[in-house]
Amino acid sequence: MTDHHPIAGRQPIAGEPETTDRPGTTDPRIAPKPALRRFHQARWDEKLIFELGAPGERGILPPTPEPAVTAAVGSPADRLPAALRRGTPPALPELGQQQVLRHYLRLSQENLGADLNIDVGQGTCTMKYSPKVNDSFVRDPRIAALHPAQDATTVQGVLELVHRLEQLLKEVSGMDRVSLQPGAGSAAIWTNVSVIRAHFAARGEPEQRDEVITTAFSHPSNAACAKTAGFKVITLHPDADGYPDIEALRAAVGPRTAALLITNPEDTGIYNPRIAEFVRIVHAAGGLCAYDQANANGVLGITRAREAGFDLCHFNLHKTFSTPHACGGPAAGACGVTAELAPYLPRPTVEFDGERYVLDHDRPESIGKIRPYLGVVPNLVRAYAWIMSLGAEGLREAAEIAVLNNNYLMHRVQRIRGVSVPYAEGRPRVEQVRYSWRQLAEDTGLHSEDLGYRAADFGTHYWTSHHPYVVPEPMTLEPTESYSRADLDEYAAILAEVAREAYEEPETVRTAPHNSTVHRIRPEPLDDPKVWSVSWRSYRRKVLGEQP
Amino acid sequence: MTARVPRTHPYIPNSAPDVKTAMLAAIGARTVEEFYADIPAALRLDRPLRLPEPLGSEARLVAHMEELLSRNAAVPPGRSFLGAGCYRHHVPAVVDEVVNRSEFLTAYAGEPYEDHGRFQALWEYQSLMAELLAVEVVNVPTYDGFQAAATALRMAGRATGRRRLVLVGELDPDKLSRIRDYVHGIHDLVHVPAEPEAVHAALATGDTAAVFAELTDHRGRVDPELPQYVELAHRAGALAVVGANPLSLGVLAPPASFGADLTCGDLQPLGIHPSFGGGNAGFIASQDDERLVAEYPSRLFGLVPTDVPGEYGFGDVAYERTSFALREEGKEWVGTAAALHGIAAGVYLALMGPHGMREIGETILAHTAYARRRLAEVPGVEAGDPEAVHFADFTLRYTGERTAAEIAAALLDRGFHAGAPAGEREGRYCVTELHTQADIDRLAAALEEIVK
Repeated sequence: MTDHHPIAGRQPIAGEPETTDRPGTTDPRIAPKPALRRFHQARWDEKLIFELGAPGERGILPPTPEPAVTAAVGSPADRLPAALRRGTPPALPELGQQQVLRHYLRLSQENLGADLNIDVGQGTCTMKYSPKVNDSFVRDPRIAALHPAQDATTVQGVLELVHRLEQLLKEVSGMDRVSLQPGAGSAAIWTNVSVIRAHFAARGEPEQRDEVITTAFSHPSNAACAKTAGFKVITLHPDADGYPDIEALRAAVGPRTAALLITNPEDTGIYNPRIAEFVRIVHAAGGLCAYDQANANGVLGITRAREAGFDLCHFNLHKTFSTPHACGGPAAGACGVTAELAPYLPRPTVEFDGERYVLDHDRPESIGKIRPYLGVVPNLVRAYAWIMSLGAEGLREAAEIAVLNNNYLMHRVQRIRGVSVPYAEGRPRVEQVRYSWRQLAEDTGLHSEDLGYRAADFGTHYWTSHHPYVVPEPMTLEPTESYSRADLDEYAAILAEVAREAYEEPETVRTAPHNSTVHRIRPEPLDDPKVWSVSWRSYRRKVLGEQP
Repeated sequence: MTARVPRTHPYIPNSAPDVKTAMLAAIGARTVEEFYADIPAALRLDRPLRLPEPLGSEARLVAHMEELLSRNAAVPPGRSFLGAGCYRHHVPAVVDEVVNRSEFLTAYAGEPYEDHGRFQALWEYQSLMAELLAVEVVNVPTYDGFQAAATALRMAGRATGRRRLVLVGELDPDKLSRIRDYVHGIHDLVHVPAEPEAVHAALATGDTAAVFAELTDHRGRVDPELPQYVELAHRAGALAVVGANPLSLGVLAPPASFGADLTCGDLQPLGIHPSFGGGNAGFIASQDDERLVAEYPSRLFGLVPTDVPGEYGFGDVAYERTSFALREEGKEWVGTAAALHGIAAGVYLALMGPHGMREIGETILAHTAYARRRLAEVPGVEAGDPEAVHFADFTLRYTGERTAAEIAAALLDRGFHAGAPAGEREGRYCVTELHTQADIDRLAAALEEIVK
């Protein structure tokens, strides 16, 4: 931080970044510029909604039946047995409308959305910009008010859009059919696992093919969905260079192999150059290969599931294709498969009969429904609009700039004391990097989590990695194509400052966050059944000793 | 003449040529291609993707989308009688205001510090639903009501270690399809009619993990025998898993009040736009029984203290259950699902309060009763079982010449979206708080012309 000069005479406050004036000037008319943003999140000390309001206040009034309707039917609930009628009203809070609004707006201010921060810290999540104009399409009543059982002739626009989006994603993946029904990435993984199961059932070998192989740096849902579907899971661990161990794969495959579920590039950002060889090994053993393309953002238009020989793949539309992450969904997943596996995809599909777009429910080999109706249609609308805004050249540009941004940020971050980039030393990364603060942890006793909490004091944050940690003291950054060079410089400067503090004033980091809405939580009750409180009712009974 | 400035895509700031060049120079790379060194030539796409030409400007994108949207009919609520799992209810303006806030819409999975608001809003959602459902544990939403039912059944299977699942009455075929896919190879499904004797007989075989029934069934009927199925399940050592439309619970008894172990359903009726089926989100709920809590795959947020007295903090309860913690050793899986719909449902319940929930339930019960009676007055139309109580959904049987498909088509010609065929001579209908007596009478008049 040599280019930053603290203001003379002003002592930095613990937990607050130093400020600087313009180098070389003491002109009092020039406002000092902060070296780093002096962020402070909203801290409203907002109560729980159950502690607000008063009996008799109302947030909204629903319509009541017209007198003639009441005269005709009376009170239908009276015809029900007492056990099926609600006795005591639910103990919901009673608040006026503005009071409800204010409460939730305060909570929103106590939440740091991607629109408000340099959100490169949620690696693997592809926190790219979700264009505002695309939100306007889904708020239009011609999407928002559509009922999925409306006659197809009255929803030709949305059916055509879903059909077109399938064609676009077929080209992006190289696969023959794409289902847009899954509600998110993990639901898409489940869909692929279910398709794999249906494939082997149709071939009469469902019992024999009962093993699924995945890798330690693939998303945990690959392992978890396979297990939930009844498969035994074999996990390949990284070799010395960070690649999934190909010898371990050779040893693992056999007549029991149903499938390989693999991410590439993996969550380390390392592209496995032998991916086609992995696919050949599994195919030779009679298994199928499913490509988890959660990390596709760096390879759009560069390489596809088809060329690598995969039988199935999936995209997360809320990652690669820009739909907002919505605090954790609704999202959308897209499953691409070869023609051979297409009959098993969820039903219905959207088809064009030469005149009109129609729903094809008559798919006897289909695994059935994964989600009601056609999936999370608003996010299909957004993803379609995003692709149409960019086109082929724009998609490739997005990929290339995402990769440039990632390697630029890695270049900056690697210079920070205490951090390293494990595996494949000196090799480029695709669109994300899993860093390690092991050295810093050894030197200071602080952990990666501590640094992440301190980053919140500068108006951003980062994520470590999935568990169990394979890379010690991990931090995963994925800058996407959305962030400017200045954004990346600022983010790297924040990390550098946090690392400096870790070495020079570790208490500041150990007790962070200081400028967030709340301070460090005491997590012990979360694992103690006697006091954990998943609801106000539970909290009142267990912690406050009341009888709700 | 000034040189033309490149049209850098607004979503990709560093594609500005000078910026890109400077960044490459800063790293010491000549081209972006160097970063792709690990991707073998054989795997490289040797041509541009074949996609439509990009629209080039936001204005042209809006025009293109307008053309697509113009071919969708947003039906006035009084002319739409479609339900069956996705409903047109009033969405309070405050709900939209909150869920469209950037801070919520664009956040993802941060820590309980910079994302305190998300944790509190979702914990409050859990708590508001817990009051409505008369339970103490509600999950952060899963994808939809289908998945909620499927997961609740798998939870019951793990909690009991048993294999059979007894499904009572006729289920929505799509929901049944989801359940079938999800329990495939793990559980055996046993279908029984909605009669206590049939449930009793099915349980006599033993090894039943759960009895599944719905508070309002696939045809909207409230089954008066439902508490008996719950009791029968318990006598056989099985869990009772009961589906419920949460919007009905201001007037109908929450299933936990008559002993349901797990309650599940879809949040869409609670202030979420139908969005052609995009508004669905699932809930699973139970009492605070450690054995059941251990079986939830979903995140469960909990209230905890912080280092500063008086502050509420939040975190994950029993995180070690989840696939986030344990991969395949966790319970099923957890991932991005439908959290923002949970926040929407929370705002909705906070606005409605206890009296709003009772009133809207009464209105929908009254409208449904009125519609069933009024439409059954049409010659050639029968509502069946006039004493049964229905909530929102109901079916009509046609005794004349015309099929359900023909009648639905003729209704559409007259501007009514109603009567989706539920069989050769049966159509599905739905009314909500948005309908008026006149809307229902107009539908009756149209049916009278069509059916006779």
